Amino acid sequence: MMQNRAKTVLEVEGLRTSFFTRKGEVKAVDGISFYVREGETLGLVGESGCGKTVTGLSLLRLLPEPAGRILDGKILLDGIDLLALSKKEMRAVRGKVISMILQDPMTSLNPVYTVGEQIAEPVRQQQGLRGEKAREAVIAALRLLHIPSPEVRLRDYPFQLSGGMRQRVVGAIAMSCNPRLLIADEPTTALDATIQAQYLALFKEVQRKTNVAIIFITHDFGVVARMCHRVAVMYAGKIVETAPTEVIFRQPWHPYTAALINSVPRLDRKVERLYSIKGQPPSLINLPPGCRFCPRCPKEREICREREPEARQVGSEHFVFCWQVS
Amino acid sequence: MMRVQITKRTANVRPRKKSRPRHIHVLKNLTFYLPLLVLTLLVFTAVFADVLAPHDPVAVSMQERLLPPAFMEGGTKKYLLGTDQLGRDILSRMIYGSRISLSVSLAVIAITASVGTVMGIVAGYLGGATEALLMRITDISMAFPPMLLALLLAVVFGPGFWTVVLALSILGWAPYARLIRGETLKLRYTDFVAQARINGASSLRIMVKHIFPNIVNSLIVVITMAVGMLILAEAALSFLGVGVPPPAPSWGYMVNEGRSVIDRAWWISAFPGIVIGLVVLSGNFLGDWLRDKLDPRLRQL
Repeated sequence: MMQNRAKTVLEVEGLRTSFFTRKGEVKAVDGISFYVREGETLGLVGESGCGKTVTGLSLLRLLPEPAGRILDGKILLDGIDLLALSKKEMRAVRGKVISMILQDPMTSLNPVYTVGEQIAEPVRQQQGLRGEKAREAVIAALRLLHIPSPEVRLRDYPFQLSGGMRQRVVGAIAMSCNPRLLIADEPTTALDATIQAQYLALFKEVQRKTNVAIIFITHDFGVVARMCHRVAVMYAGKIVETAPTEVIFRQPWHPYTAALINSVPRLDRKVERLYSIKGQPPSLINLPPGCRFCPRCPKEREICREREPEARQVGSEHFVFCWQVS
Repeated sequence: MMRVQITKRTANVRPRKKSRPRHIHVLKNLTFYLPLLVLTLLVFTAVFADVLAPHDPVAVSMQERLLPPAFMEGGTKKYLLGTDQLGRDILSRMIYGSRISLSVSLAVIAITASVGTVMGIVAGYLGGATEALLMRITDISMAFPPMLLALLLAVVFGPGFWTVVLALSILGWAPYARLIRGETLKLRYTDFVAQARINGASSLRIMVKHIFPNIVNSLIVVITMAVGMLILAEAALSFLGVGVPPPAPSWGYMVNEGRSVIDRAWWISAFPGIVIGLVVLSGNFLGDWLRDKLDPRLRQL
């Protein structure tokens, strides 16, 4: 496959991020490793509170201080360890090399500035472009996201735009400096279904044009099927399975992945009741000693309760953390 | 994509059938136009005091002491609002007095609003120990009785223009800091601030470029209301004899001067008193009006 020859943009090794609260240490991300290549989209999937967003914020080193801290691991971006950079160097990375799109387009734009001014800010700051050149870059970014008549639109204030348009503007801001890596944190959750489909198609096109690597954070396997080349499934701060998208739908190894895919409503199958996973995810302060999914797992065994499972390769780029595999 | 044009007016008010005649518009917004007129007049008077005043405000004329206003029996056209114990023209003194009232308030506002805004934004955005320290200083400032401190300062430094400004500023920034910190706290966790950080903006840049423009509205409202309050405070200090010292004519000082002869010559205290009241009221009305107009809830986000 062509993808396999593409250069790796980001490589994360054993990343551990915790929040230190009054109740104790919350292990939000507990030793995860993954990589993304040029022009590839990695889906980060899992239920609320499993550490998807914290992973995204850790990559930018923008955890809420002082509670949140990266304890361990390596974040290699084109071979450079981001955790070793100074605060100032890190600021130069943000927006320029890695950018991020947040969930809600209604609130991610500053109401007092025009769209043009807001896209121009990273362009001016991170690329040092001024005047006419900055304007050209802004228009190019708006064009890239298919915003019609960009010369006119850039004088609009956010409140004059619809939700879908605003999210495109947010995308334009993120893409304005031609980043190597884009982290999209559920960018379509706040949009309605038709706009969502448009937006996803748009992102595929942007990726084809710019070869940007994308980490797509979502809880929606439908979005994963449409957008992602590979998927990493997270549960309680750990990655439990990672595989190419078409493989994971055909043959999920981990019981949690299987359960997640099973609980997606489908039009082509008739079911009495939608499948759901029983129980609750464990508290991240008080984690069980063995496999984290074991209290909810239909296939749990003795060993699951005692020891954490290790990674097993079950196919090309397909890794599972589960005892029943070995 | 169709361009949706929503302006403040069309969004919040019933659509206008036809454009209303101008005078109706003015009448309906009297609480805006009247205070605006009063304050504009005040600024105009202060600027052109030299031209407007019919007499020298400090010229003493012992033959013409305690003359009543022109419309009363015994009054002359020469002194429209009468004279005081030293035969000085009340009208001229009031006209010159507007300069003191206005310059004191503007100087104090410039100092308190800037100090308070900086303190508030820094405390609100940085949080942690910085916030705790700055807010405790603010609390302490608000616990001091301002008049007593002003009197103390006047005793230490001697009365004068800058003593008054200092006395009113030294505690006056605290309410600004409180308000701005509150506004900043709200903004600090918004997505657009997060987005700015994602795009690599420094803390300073976020405070100046993203937070400050979003609190300007509240600041304008508070400043407008402060004008009236400060004119009142300056008058109070002058009344107590620690304001801008005589012979400079200050409204509060004039009220004080007339006190001893109020049974025979009420006009000495009354006219400056009325003007103080009018200006303070105008400031408050205008502040209220602005608050309604600039309320972020009424703005289309």
